[in-house]
Amino acid sequence: MAYEIILLTTMAIMVLFALSLNVITGFCGQVSLGHAAFYGIGAYTGAMLTKAGWPLLAALLPAAGLAGLIGFLVGLMSLRVRHDFLAITTMGIAFLFVGFVRKQEWLGGEIGISGIPAFAFGRVGLLVVAVVCTGLFAAVTIYLKRSWMGFGFDSISDDEDTARILGIDVPRFKLWAFVIGTAGAGVAGALYAHHVRYIGPDSFGFVESVTVLAMVIIGGIGSIWAVALAAAVLSALPLWFQFVDDYKLLIYGLLVFAVMRFSPNGIAGALQSLKRRAR
Amino acid sequence: MLALDLLLQGIVQGAIYALIALGLTLIYGLLRILHVAHAALFTLGGYIGVIVTNQTGSLAFALVVSMVLVGVLGILIYRVAYKPLLGKSPLVALIASIGLFIAFEEGFRIVFGSYGLSFEDPPLRTQVDLGGGLLISHSRLLIVGMAVVILSILAWLSTRTRTGIAWKATVTDPQIASSFGINIERVRYLNFFIGSALAAAAGVMVVLLTNLVEPTMGAVASYKALAIIVLGGLGSVRGTLVAALAIGIVESFGTVYIGHILDRDALAFAFLVVALMVRPQGLFKAD
Repeated sequence: MAYEIILLTTMAIMVLFALSLNVITGFCGQVSLGHAAFYGIGAYTGAMLTKAGWPLLAALLPAAGLAGLIGFLVGLMSLRVRHDFLAITTMGIAFLFVGFVRKQEWLGGEIGISGIPAFAFGRVGLLVVAVVCTGLFAAVTIYLKRSWMGFGFDSISDDEDTARILGIDVPRFKLWAFVIGTAGAGVAGALYAHHVRYIGPDSFGFVESVTVLAMVIIGGIGSIWAVALAAAVLSALPLWFQFVDDYKLLIYGLLVFAVMRFSPNGIAGALQSLKRRAR
Repeated sequence: MLALDLLLQGIVQGAIYALIALGLTLIYGLLRILHVAHAALFTLGGYIGVIVTNQTGSLAFALVVSMVLVGVLGILIYRVAYKPLLGKSPLVALIASIGLFIAFEEGFRIVFGSYGLSFEDPPLRTQVDLGGGLLISHSRLLIVGMAVVILSILAWLSTRTRTGIAWKATVTDPQIASSFGINIERVRYLNFFIGSALAAAAGVMVVLLTNLVEPTMGAVASYKALAIIVLGGLGSVRGTLVAALAIGIVESFGTVYIGHILDRDALAFAFLVVALMVRPQGLFKAD
């Protein structure tokens, strides 16, 4: 049982993480190659607070808040740089975060933070919290997608300049997308820190940012269900591939490549074309 | 003297960055693809360089073999991976490229082992005095020299030969270029060949400096080269060169003076973020 609980918790946290990026990249069309930084900010905030005696549930809020605040600042940058320039700027933010943490003694420096307290209600309790948080966030994004704000996001994602001409307040929507997305990542990070109970600068590097972006793209940009499915499957894959241990990253890389090469619109696109063919 | 020494280090590092990033710029300029797997070709170039040198004893021969083989592989990657994705969102090609990069890195680990390879008899280890006690090893001199020679050849090719002019025309407007009888497909093949060969050359140079080629050698190249081409203005060759040198020099000074606050990568990216906030389109406009 213990193994399944750990696997399910991992999957729930990754789904939350991927859905949070989906708001920024999927809905609003702003590519982020540095989303792991916000996951990391949440993880470090959560870990520092619970080590200082806070209960985990109370620490989730500041974790979301701090990640969202930094996300707001990066959102301001997205008003200045666009497209590939923005992607690389966000990547730069992620390296700044990791480089900063690495040199801070009070954040554990290179060694990281170990001995993060376990959740008071045990592993099952943590799983429940992760699933509830993920479910809530999914509900929020479903609501967002149907709301006026979702419409604004859509128009920016399609054609920012036209949206601006039509009188849509582009900066406001972009900032909202960044704040919501990064706050979600902050919660996911705080949960992750208490799931593995050790974090270090290397837990939030470029690979993690790329992995979560791959989940969003492989799912099919913007589609909530497909992104959740892709995140769940991709986060479990390395564990399922244990039997080919030595080759597991090779297979993972080739798989990511193959999905993009043969189904560029991701899982959502593949399902749609299957449906069309069935008719 | 320290300042001069640091400047020299920065220039050597910048020259290597320039060689890696140039191929990436050429490819971006032509196809608008952020080609992350380029860094894997850089690593492969290093491996071939070490293996051939150890077998034949000739570094020059190894360099040529490495550039040609990797160049051909670059063409293959374009043909198999990117060509079918050209009409799609650039994100798709980016993720495909990242997948390919991960697979390559793992492939190197499985084929060549995880501990890396070294030269049996490291070439060009002796040092020269540049005057005033400023020492530089022959390998560093060779790196800067090679970068200058290769870049000059490239500049000459692109402005003085028919092929180069065809290439520039294709970058500017593929449709009009093709209506003037330019074979666009051939230009793209050539582009991937030259870009990948440059990455291979850079790979051999880095191994000359460190005397070690490991499967993960391309990791730094993969993201830092992206930062350099973006800082240079995406698709601008001149911009890429300036950005490569600037980042090399910022890193070598920064690690000494503010290295206790930020690590090397973070320094480069702090510079990048600040520069982009001031000039959102990069240092130079695309050619």
